[in-house]
Amino acid sequence: MNNKRIYPLEEHHLDERTVTAPDELVRRHLQPGRTLLAVLHAIQDDVGFVPPATVVPLAKAMNLSRAEVHGVITYYHHFRSEPPAAVTVQLCRAESCRSMGSEALAQHIESHTGCRFTQHRHDDADAHAHGGRDVALESVYCLGQCALSPAMTINGTLHAKVTPQKFDALFAAAMATAAHTEEAA
Amino acid sequence: MTRIYVPRDSSALALGADAIADAIQREAAARGVAIELVRNGSRGLLYLEPLVEVEAGGKRIGYANVEPQEVSALFDAGFVDGKPHARCVGVVDEIPYLAKQQRLTFARIGLTDPLSTDDYVAHGGLEGLRRALTMTSAAACDELIESGLRGRGGAAFPAGIKWRTVAQAHADQKYVVCNADEGDSGTFSDRLVMESDPYVLIEGMAIAGVSTGATVGHIYVRSEYPDSIATLEEAIRRARAAGWIGDDVLGSGRRFELFVAKGAGAYVCGEETALLESLEGKRGIVRAKPPLPALAGLYGKPTVINNVITLATVPIIFAKGAPFYKHFGMGRSRGTLPFQIAGNVKQGGLVELAFGVTLRELMFDYGGGTASGRPARAVQVGGPLGTYLPESQWDIPMDYEAYAAVGAVVGHGGLVVHDDTSNLADLAQYAMEFCALESCGKCTPCRIGSTRGVEVIAKIRHGDTSEKQVTLLRDLCDTMVSGSLCAMGGMTPYPVMSALNHFPEDFGLETVQPATTAAA
Repeated sequence: MNNKRIYPLEEHHLDERTVTAPDELVRRHLQPGRTLLAVLHAIQDDVGFVPPATVVPLAKAMNLSRAEVHGVITYYHHFRSEPPAAVTVQLCRAESCRSMGSEALAQHIESHTGCRFTQHRHDDADAHAHGGRDVALESVYCLGQCALSPAMTINGTLHAKVTPQKFDALFAAAMATAAHTEEAA
Repeated sequence: MTRIYVPRDSSALALGADAIADAIQREAAARGVAIELVRNGSRGLLYLEPLVEVEAGGKRIGYANVEPQEVSALFDAGFVDGKPHARCVGVVDEIPYLAKQQRLTFARIGLTDPLSTDDYVAHGGLEGLRRALTMTSAAACDELIESGLRGRGGAAFPAGIKWRTVAQAHADQKYVVCNADEGDSGTFSDRLVMESDPYVLIEGMAIAGVSTGATVGHIYVRSEYPDSIATLEEAIRRARAAGWIGDDVLGSGRRFELFVAKGAGAYVCGEETALLESLEGKRGIVRAKPPLPALAGLYGKPTVINNVITLATVPIIFAKGAPFYKHFGMGRSRGTLPFQIAGNVKQGGLVELAFGVTLRELMFDYGGGTASGRPARAVQVGGPLGTYLPESQWDIPMDYEAYAAVGAVVGHGGLVVHDDTSNLADLAQYAMEFCALESCGKCTPCRIGSTRGVEVIAKIRHGDTSEKQVTLLRDLCDTMVSGSLCAMGGMTPYPVMSALNHFPEDFGLETVQPATTAAA
């Protein structure tokens, strides 16, 4: 929980990485009965991350302190404060996957991608340039596929019984899709 | 028309079930074969996934570990008529792995389309809720107490006592909360319920609601389970439309509303009070007890908080009566437990059996030994906070009290098998690292103790095997066991101490001092 980001006191600070203004983003997802956690989920599901500039309008709208909003965002591993990488790999590092060689697989993935796994998702330096596109390697702890270890996700799609060869093929496909998406955009 | 089943739970999907389903549809259309494709839940025989089943001669014939590119060959071999093929595993119900099980909670999984309300009712669904609606609150709680059902999430507290406490509390609002934050490695039974038989959980929660006077329920599901969340949301929508829940539960005039809440990747939110904080939208920080959630839970109101398996077991108890359920099991561990065989095993999957079975039977008779083919060396039972059991303890019957007697925990019945290449000192250090990463930070033994634990174990592993370091580690574990607010810090010493006591050679130690801590 070493996020030392300082939120601007001024409101309406537009985050250049989202098309939507933070105020509008908050307004769009604030609903009666929705808790802060649920609003944060809705924002991240919408734009891919929780822009830091939404903290102030969120705090104001929900009658909370900025510290409380910041505290919730940084407490949970799920929330990102930066846009996701073009390709994000989440590898399970928990006991069951360890018993089936996830640590060796992690080493293979690091050497294959030239990226490093980070301990914590708030270390935003984890997105490394790989062939011109961002790749992020994240450690997760249990994807619920313990009878079919090791397990991982690539851009949210779950894969079980992963071998180095299987990883290489899936990773290449994900990179190709990312390149295609970029071209289309 | 032949009915073909391709599972839709996340295990099958992770192995390409969607591509198989598409290929079957395509191939059938191209060949002019009339089929009805059903996307069923998993049978729990995960080592066979993706398991395609064909209904032939009134039986369901299985084809295991199917790959999308093999579909054409399956059609060539006549699998639509249940004909032989290298992938054929025969009649699925007769596979010993399944046939020998005692499926009560999981009686329906894999047989039905998880979202079909008709399938659910046709397979005995709603009988429990209908009966509960005829009972008084006190009688319903007594029924559950009589069944002997204990919390299946790990703590094993008698569920009926919890319900009675909530039922007797006076409040303008009460809640039922389902703990579906299944974060423990080696467990997937909650996920299987949610993805393969979601209505049984909905029914169980509705029974909890009408029995305790709670009118609102929440299912808190971890964000790592998007398929579970999607299935539950759709099932709740359909259950509401069918009048099973909502303003008028099965025409009884009783109200029970149900919602899904999504976690956000914090392991400690599996602890009930941290979960309640998270459900309120806050940081998932553990609350001090008392007050008990049964009296002051969600938003300070009386709350039934139970794990998925506990609630999913309620319908069969009410449908068949407490004596039926109580008849299974041993000692004070009544009924069945869905064991989850995971890790380095040949045949991983869900094995529901009465209490009393041994680890050895589960590992070998069901699990088929290790996946690597090497000798098994240690089994961690009960998740990351459970002990590592060496071979000398593999014949202890699975019973809460028998396990507690050797300082182990049955927990939720998840087992992770490690072969002889494993290093228990490495796993012990990982246990402390995980605790440091996931500690909510409220109490000092957990927050600081875990980091100190990592350091001490690292020192021992790097060759400082002086008596001083080992004493320090034991002392630290003692403090964590006795001084932590919840099981996160209070039980992390279990895997650490059991690794040290049973596998000292992995720490570079020749002999080991006798255990002095609560955890063996």
